[in-house]
Amino acid sequence: MNKLHLRLLAVLLLIIGGGATWYKMAVLGLPVTPDSTTQIWTVEARVAFQADGGPSQVNLHIPHNPPGFNVLGEDFVSSQYGLARDRDGDNRVAMWTARRASGNQTLYYRIQLSEDANDTVDRTSPAPPYPEVPDYPEPFGSAALSVLEDVRAESADISSFTRRLLLRYNSSDPGENVQVLRSGIDGSTGHVNNLIDILAGARIPARAVQVLTLRDRMRRAELDTFLEVHNGTEWIPFNPVTAERGYPRSVLVWKRGAERLLSISGGSSGNLEFAAARTVRDVVSVAEQRAMQRGTSMLMDFSLFSLPVQAQNTYRLLLLVPIGALMMVLLRNVVGIATFGTFMPILIALAFRETQLAWGIFLFTSVVAIGLAIRFYLENLKLLLVPRLAAVLIVVVLVMAVLSIISHKLGLERGLSIALFPMVILAMTIERMSLVWEEHGAGQAIQQGVGSLIVAILAYLVMFQPQVGHLVFVFPELLLVVLAVVLLLGRYTGYRLTELWRFRHLIMDRKN
Amino acid sequence: MLNLFRSLRDAGILGMNERNARFIMLHNKRRNYPLVDDKLITKRRAQEAGIHVPALYGVVEIEHQIRDVPRMLGTIEDFVVKPAHGSGGNGIMVVTDRQGDNFRLANGMLVGMEEVGHHISNILSGMHSLGGQPDCAMIEQRVQFDPMFEEVSYRGVPDIRTVVFKGVPVMAMVRLPTRMSNGKANLHQGALGVGLDMGTGLTTTAVWKERFVDEHPDTGNPIAGLQIPEWDKLLELAARCYHLADLGYLGVDVVLDRDQGPMVLELNARPGLSIQLANRRSLLKRLEQVEALKDIPEDPKQRVAITRDLFAKNNPPTPQTVIV
Repeated sequence: MNKLHLRLLAVLLLIIGGGATWYKMAVLGLPVTPDSTTQIWTVEARVAFQADGGPSQVNLHIPHNPPGFNVLGEDFVSSQYGLARDRDGDNRVAMWTARRASGNQTLYYRIQLSEDANDTVDRTSPAPPYPEVPDYPEPFGSAALSVLEDVRAESADISSFTRRLLLRYNSSDPGENVQVLRSGIDGSTGHVNNLIDILAGARIPARAVQVLTLRDRMRRAELDTFLEVHNGTEWIPFNPVTAERGYPRSVLVWKRGAERLLSISGGSSGNLEFAAARTVRDVVSVAEQRAMQRGTSMLMDFSLFSLPVQAQNTYRLLLLVPIGALMMVLLRNVVGIATFGTFMPILIALAFRETQLAWGIFLFTSVVAIGLAIRFYLENLKLLLVPRLAAVLIVVVLVMAVLSIISHKLGLERGLSIALFPMVILAMTIERMSLVWEEHGAGQAIQQGVGSLIVAILAYLVMFQPQVGHLVFVFPELLLVVLAVVLLLGRYTGYRLTELWRFRHLIMDRKN
Repeated sequence: MLNLFRSLRDAGILGMNERNARFIMLHNKRRNYPLVDDKLITKRRAQEAGIHVPALYGVVEIEHQIRDVPRMLGTIEDFVVKPAHGSGGNGIMVVTDRQGDNFRLANGMLVGMEEVGHHISNILSGMHSLGGQPDCAMIEQRVQFDPMFEEVSYRGVPDIRTVVFKGVPVMAMVRLPTRMSNGKANLHQGALGVGLDMGTGLTTTAVWKERFVDEHPDTGNPIAGLQIPEWDKLLELAARCYHLADLGYLGVDVVLDRDQGPMVLELNARPGLSIQLANRRSLLKRLEQVEALKDIPEDPKQRVAITRDLFAKNNPPTPQTVIV
């Protein structure tokens, strides 16, 4: 019953801890390794115009759920203008308004994006109605119908139909019909609109999409036009020239529809320019920012990243203590190493972080050795326990100070970090070690001292693996898993490894 | 490695984790621990129950009382000072003789009252107690140990540790001080552990520093085949101790006094596992045998009968061959 209860509790903890971790890894995209970075695009649209002096309004279409990207943030730079944002069908519009404006006006819109190969779903409105077959003028009409007839024969569905049509339309050796279709059309937008018109002849819903092809450090860039057709369930994008399906990686959907992006009232000679720059950033902060943007994830709201940096650094260290505790449980109950004090080695391991391992071992050993020598001298004075402990503590502090000064004079700056040793713990260790020394002999005392040091070293090596530190900080719920393991080990009734050695003669006795 | 685990399992060796989880935690109520951890309480309860214990000469509770110790002792020549909450035989000072104002210790050293006072003061400040709690010091009768151990013992007081499970004595060993253990009857400090046949009280096999031995490491005398006097009385004494503290898994330490026979020295709520090495027998199997009993009689005599019934026959008195 009791055991079942424990197992259920452990399984529950495992599920909560593991589940939350999985969610953060798979859904929120938090990285498993400490050094992963991602590319961040900062895209800027610059609107310049000449204001008339009266009230002016600028409407600019801005990206809305661009497929293949995660929006990390956006900002608007527009000194005296009021700003409103509005949905317009599948698009968004930013509206800048000012009561009075004159002279050269410049407005900026900036958006930060991270590439996300998994998130290419186009979140646009449901299926559009089937278009009516247009009344084509002749000879366009018969050319279009004949081309559509041919294409239909070569294709299986809407996607392949569109692809065949685009290939034929852009063919280097166009037939007579295609030449008729292409005649008198200019610019990519014109061709896309023409194609939409032709596709309507097959009653296929299609639309133009204005996209920005991102290149690092590009300036004064302009929008391209892509073609999207609806197959009844989703919009399928095509490059209208190469007939390739889908958006390439660095193509940002700016606006769905062929209409102009910018409209200005109360001004003239409006001009729209795009610029973009690429930066590399930590995946963690990107995932964090994105989750905030979505505003859906409680988990991220309560993540450690929301703390001030100083507190974050404290927790980076504190969260490692449970890992050390797990190490202690393993080394004491499963391996069976004897140490001074239950958690003393963990505190020593924490101190090793600042001193580095070799120096840490050297400093620890020298402080304990000097402290022990002085403790044995104090024994002759027959002091009461608490004053004696206090005396040892004072000596430990003095020894630490002297070691710091000496190492500083020798130019060994590492020696200064000894100040981070937990001195009270050191004093207690010295006291206990001297007791064991007296009552159980030097062998026992040194054995336990070395045992403590080995446990501290092992704990240090595990706790300060960059990977371990990253995991517990980014996925603190993993500590629930650690808790579950510790709880289960709490009912471990098997042998300790050292007991194999202790009872070895009994085993050999049986075998003979 | 796994093989080793399996052979230990097959041999039925009780490990530390299993002892703690399956026997101590299940059968020993925590609130009963003070009854055995505080030797003063143990002694009082034992006296009330008519169980033989070394006489208590006095208790020192505060520093100030140390000066009264000589008056407390009166004409008593030999005595033992020990912490009421000591563990593992730590903090025990044995005075065998007095010469004027000085005290002769068990190791032959002659010390003054100042030394004894400092020792008591250390006890009071909790140096030897579990968890460093302030403690009090007991001054009690020094046991004149039975001459039977003279040949196989180096100073100190040999004692007999019996593991009593649910009131049934299951396994016992004699702990003989050696030169190495400095007169202490603690196996970790180098005392010799000698297994006992539960039926007859004859010594069987021995372990010293986790090695199997046949002879006493200091005196060279053979260990096997010695008869513990008043064995029946001793077993019954151990069985009766169960009622003192109501601990299901209990270690009873008994000393044999030359004149007064077996006396209970102390009880232990967490008896160690070395008894298995001394006896070369599995403790686990015996504990499971007792666990399987449907009901355990109230009468200690009947429980001793169970001990004989279950464990006398599977514990042959002849020592095993020694494997080095």
